[in-house]
Amino acid sequence: MAGSTLTIKDLHVAIDGKEILKGVNLEIKGGEIHAIMGPNGTGKSTLSSAIMGHPKYEVTSGSITLDGQDVLEMEVDERARAGLFLAMQYPSEINGVTNADFLRSAINARRGEGNEVSLMKFIRQMDKQMEYLEMDLDMAQRYLNEGFSGGEKKRNEILQLMMLEPKIAILDEIDSGLDIDALKVVSKGVNQMRNEDFGCLIITHYQRLLNYITPDYVHVMMQGRIVKNGGPELAQRLEAEGYDWIKQELGIEEETVEQEA
Amino acid sequence: MTTEIKLPFDKAFVSSFSSVVNEPAWFAELRLKALEQFEQLSMPKPDKTKIDKWNFTQFHQHTVKSTAYTSLAELPNEVKALVDVDAGNQNLYIQRNQTPAYLSLSDDLRNKGVIFTDIFTAAREHGDLLKKYYMTQAINADEHKLTALHAALVNGGVFVYVPKNVEITEPLQAVFVHDDAEANLFNHVIVVADDNSSLTYVENYISTVEESNTLANILTEVIATTNARVQYGAVDNLAKGITTYVNRRGVAGRDSEIDWALGSMNEGNTISENTTNLLGDGAKGDTKMVVVGRGEQTQNFTTTVVHYGKHTQGNILNHGVVKESATTIFNGIGKIEHGASKSDAEQTSRVLMLSEKARGDANPILLIDEDDVMAGHAASVGRVDPVQLYYLMSRGIPQTEAERLVIHGFLAPVVNQLPVEKVKKQLTEVIERKVR
Repeated sequence: MAGSTLTIKDLHVAIDGKEILKGVNLEIKGGEIHAIMGPNGTGKSTLSSAIMGHPKYEVTSGSITLDGQDVLEMEVDERARAGLFLAMQYPSEINGVTNADFLRSAINARRGEGNEVSLMKFIRQMDKQMEYLEMDLDMAQRYLNEGFSGGEKKRNEILQLMMLEPKIAILDEIDSGLDIDALKVVSKGVNQMRNEDFGCLIITHYQRLLNYITPDYVHVMMQGRIVKNGGPELAQRLEAEGYDWIKQELGIEEETVEQEA
Repeated sequence: MTTEIKLPFDKAFVSSFSSVVNEPAWFAELRLKALEQFEQLSMPKPDKTKIDKWNFTQFHQHTVKSTAYTSLAELPNEVKALVDVDAGNQNLYIQRNQTPAYLSLSDDLRNKGVIFTDIFTAAREHGDLLKKYYMTQAINADEHKLTALHAALVNGGVFVYVPKNVEITEPLQAVFVHDDAEANLFNHVIVVADDNSSLTYVENYISTVEESNTLANILTEVIATTNARVQYGAVDNLAKGITTYVNRRGVAGRDSEIDWALGSMNEGNTISENTTNLLGDGAKGDTKMVVVGRGEQTQNFTTTVVHYGKHTQGNILNHGVVKESATTIFNGIGKIEHGASKSDAEQTSRVLMLSEKARGDANPILLIDEDDVMAGHAASVGRVDPVQLYYLMSRGIPQTEAERLVIHGFLAPVVNQLPVEKVKKQLTEVIERKVR
């Protein structure tokens, strides 16, 4: 089966009545890795939250479709089961629910009643992926994200990505707060997912991550819109020269639209 | 304000009950004295809950007739789920309403001098020992109307005594089966751990009737003398319509420790007190409690640790879930008396409300009369966090299942403390059924 396609058209999104995204257009296909870059507060994280259906974000106009299906009509869990995944910038901590129980519930929710994954198979798979991500195996029995360090939380997001095998994944600032070793491990996880059925949108404001995960397309976001598109060389130029040249080129003075995240 | 309460049972009735069960004179006298005291005493006043309209005193039957179980195979399924039906040499007491219905104590424990028997047999056969501890050290009959009523009318219960230096590894288990809608419970549990001894005791109160317009007045006394350790687990699961007053109180002597793991799953209105008095230096008290409130019920839980000895340590952890129109109040009290230096009083109470009409309250109270101490408290009342639900749902978990996980997770850290696997499992099932 060929990969899926996530299509975003003229997307406008508001928080508490304030418009943050002002017409975003983007298409991500299976096999492609896209990176959205941009300074803080330009709407990058808003885009990822709106795609996943965060309750605080209101889509005021535009459309998001996955293989032609209207994503905006779906509940959050339906979006996930349709094949979307968001590695979050700030994953929730959930007391009393072990990492393993949580992941098994998530896998079984996809497989449906009567088709649950066998416990042994699940444990083997989870152990294997945890080892690949150089995680302490005890973390399977720890409460979900509770007391995890920043790096542990990010690895745990990638562990979920690898276990759930979505069609399209969005990684929201998965690199922030990571040291270089953790960054390499996280990138290794994402690269292992790379195949023609897997599409990925990486949101970052550092080019550093893109040294380890080479994107096919790079987009720059400012003022709630994608203002520039290019290939990997665009990311390198941004790293070397910053964003000012784009602002000048486009006549933008203030690039932000939202409060510092 | 005192209102005249006419008791349905008088002196003559109480005396005749004493002679029917063949009680020693001191026990019978204690009953009569308490019956007299009842008149003068006032009702207890749980903080934040008005109970003047609740019925704790009017009822029809003091005892009901129930037959004993000849084997565990006869147990109703709800009770079978709690006990190990196939185990031979176990330590198990089952009471059916007021009737001692099954008892098994291992030869090993018997030979070591452990006493584990119903309260009436204890009064007859171990009278002197029982007299030393029964309503003398932990709870007094004359505290208020309900303790006096209990002392006058006690109609069931169990006595546990662990002699000096005996350490019991296998738990002692008691199941109080309530299978007669007319049965009122005045149950008294007394657990004594003598010097350097240790034990784990787990009890279940379980109704097999759907609804019962009766009352339960349950007192528990735990005495840990010196360097003794008592782990006390309890799951209360009494039916709708039963008004419950339950008071579990422990006294810990020097270097002793009393740990409570309590699951309150009653369907009726409930006033619950749990107190640990840390009398001796170095004593420890730890209470962990989970509560589920639903329907129209009102429940009030006061958990208290009183520090008398130096270097004493008290810890309270209460988690409650409230749904529908139920009300759940937690009062957590850490009291450090003058002279109890280097003591530490910690408490956390959390209430999770699952509906608009559910009411929850968590009141931390620290009463400290000594300078050189540590104390801390945390309390919260809130609803399921929508961002947590979003996170779980973003992995494909449907909302109802995500809510179940959050609620289960909220209670699990306390449930996991219960000492007997089967009881823990059964409590988890009861919780799942109640919060669904």
